[in-house]
Amino acid sequence: MKHTISVLVENKFGVLARIAGLFSARGFNIESLAVGETEDAAVSRMTIVTDGDERTLDQIKKQLNKLIDVIKVSDFTDKKYLEKELMLIKVAVNAKTKKEVTEAVDSCGAEVVNTGEKSLAIEMTGDAGKIISLLELLRPFGILEVVRTGRIAMGIDDKEMKTPGKPEVNE
Amino acid sequence: MLDMKMTGAQILIEALKKEDVEVMFGYPGGVVLPIFDRLYDAPIKFILTRHEQGAAHAADGYARATGKVGVCLATSGPGATNLVTGIANAYMDSIPMVAVTGQVKTRLIGNDAFQEADITGITRPITKHNYLVKDVKDLAVTIKEAFHIARTGRPGPVLIDFPVDIQQAETEFHYPEKVEIKGYKPTYAGHPGQIKRAAKAISSAKRPILYTGGGVITSNASGELREFAIKNKIPVTTTLLGLGAFSSDNPLHLGMPGMHGTAYANHAIMESDLIIAVGARFDDRVTGKVEAFAPHADIIHIDIDPASVSKTVEVDIPIVGDAKHILKGLLKYTKKPDTDAWLAKIDEMKKKYPLKYENSDGKLRPQYVVEEISNITKGEAIICTEVGQNQMWAAMFYKFTKPRTMISSGGLGTMGFGFPAAIGAQMGRPDAVVFDIAGDGSIQMNIQELATAVYNKLPVKVAILNNCYLGMVRQWQELFYKKRYSYTCLEDGQPDFVKLAESYGAVGMRVVRPEDARPAIERSLEITDRPTFIDFRVEKEENVFPMVPAGEAINRMIGGMA
Repeated sequence: MKHTISVLVENKFGVLARIAGLFSARGFNIESLAVGETEDAAVSRMTIVTDGDERTLDQIKKQLNKLIDVIKVSDFTDKKYLEKELMLIKVAVNAKTKKEVTEAVDSCGAEVVNTGEKSLAIEMTGDAGKIISLLELLRPFGILEVVRTGRIAMGIDDKEMKTPGKPEVNE
Repeated sequence: MLDMKMTGAQILIEALKKEDVEVMFGYPGGVVLPIFDRLYDAPIKFILTRHEQGAAHAADGYARATGKVGVCLATSGPGATNLVTGIANAYMDSIPMVAVTGQVKTRLIGNDAFQEADITGITRPITKHNYLVKDVKDLAVTIKEAFHIARTGRPGPVLIDFPVDIQQAETEFHYPEKVEIKGYKPTYAGHPGQIKRAAKAISSAKRPILYTGGGVITSNASGELREFAIKNKIPVTTTLLGLGAFSSDNPLHLGMPGMHGTAYANHAIMESDLIIAVGARFDDRVTGKVEAFAPHADIIHIDIDPASVSKTVEVDIPIVGDAKHILKGLLKYTKKPDTDAWLAKIDEMKKKYPLKYENSDGKLRPQYVVEEISNITKGEAIICTEVGQNQMWAAMFYKFTKPRTMISSGGLGTMGFGFPAAIGAQMGRPDAVVFDIAGDGSIQMNIQELATAVYNKLPVKVAILNNCYLGMVRQWQELFYKKRYSYTCLEDGQPDFVKLAESYGAVGMRVVRPEDARPAIERSLEITDRPTFIDFRVEKEENVFPMVPAGEAINRMIGGMA
């Protein structure tokens, strides 16, 4: 099962390597990983989309928590959250298809951000479902290049995530 | 008072003094010269090993014997990479260690400079945490954090990479009193509700068993374990790293479980209805085939590391915290379960499947040598081991009575660990009798440390169970590879260990007959100013039995059962 995990980390030397190394050393999957500063420049947030059964997920969260530079780990699965991804996509066009592609892009709420001689560059922001449906819609025209940021996510309750301390396994 | 200006090298020494470091182990080199210049007249005993790997293992052995943080120091590049095996070893066995490595100048980092290695990158997966100090102003806090992280929670090694220009740079020295790390707050007190739940489960268990590991020793909880087990009459099995946590002369003691465990410990686990795991991590050498492990038992798991819980086996009652705290809690809430029938059954198994070996044909056997060392030292010596058959015989036939007396490479299984670890243990416990039970293969992996032991007048005793083989690998080849002894015979090229020891200024002895074992061991105990090597020429193809073949259920043992 897919899980979106948000990890608050100290913005320190080598922290990305620690996280990435943990996933590779323990054989966990990373589907996407997005990193950026938070409202506090000393703290970064990583949004990781991963795959695994309940037991694997339990281990992923515990092993992440074990890293000294990790401040907090939240699994958004089964919670209310916003999830967005930015995709840039280049589609081959000719005089005939240009209009069709533009219409498809408009219908999905995406935007043409560059018009080339034989291609269009399109920007799309949305959740995984929207991104995939745009991709499917444009595939018949010939996709030349896809660049995706990976997903970012945020809980939508009124609390901030940055409560101190790590969760315990005790019930 | 104004804080004094000091160089980075000075700050390191001052910080080590603040951390009460009395002994450290290491080896000099180009980019640690400023540190060595300060060590020249520092009030810290520096033990110059003959290889950096020896320094890391010695720091590890020191930490295991004393409970303090072991400290080692090496130069950049090859010095640092030579520490790697020792650091990995400490990591796998949760041993508190701080390793300091020199690094090339900060402006040269990443340039493939002479003797440069990305040691923080290399050691990232084998340290609890590591640091590269890029500003001398961060140094004191870094050292404070390193020691704190190494010794608290589930202990482990922490590496500080220390560039030479930072060693020379100056700043005010101020050693912080407290550490505040946002993402590091180990849980010590177990959850009271979980402790009560566990106590309730124990009180109503019919066939409970305590499965105890290195965590009991780390948290100095042997006293609590003893009290809890005896008061509630619950049998105790101890892992390799847990040996000594519960005295083997107690009738409740079942010895070690797992691949080379006692038959009665393994059968007891398989028949148990409640396993109380304390500071043990259900390693594959203990569980065997994990799907078949303890099929009738509920599991209580007490561990300070949440990630150890439900990692390999599903746990029914997890309690995250320190073993000592939690055992105290359990003592308070547990009502003694009725275990009389269970203990009677275990006694029957003990009689039916004792640990034994052929001992009537006048041949010198390794098990006999270990038993004699055990008898002569009354189970009170510090026993370091190498890895392989020697290690298993030491674990099976030495009657450990006290914590911190079994020093063995458990998780990583590092050949060459025992001798330098014995040097570290002897440095930490100068009055203790320290043995390294070795094989002829393992001892040659760090034999250069003879010089270290001789120079420091350390009376470490090395009992080489010499069968001219890499015995454990040979045993597997005999049992599972049709006796095709591929590259496991060490006879050709084997040195004369007696002469070798003597050439370093140590004492060398050779024993070929069983009746000569005792006098040789007794003589070694009289030597107090230098190491002793005893070359026991044991039966060459003796096997470690009983044995659970890899991947089998732990009650499917072969050998030594009839």
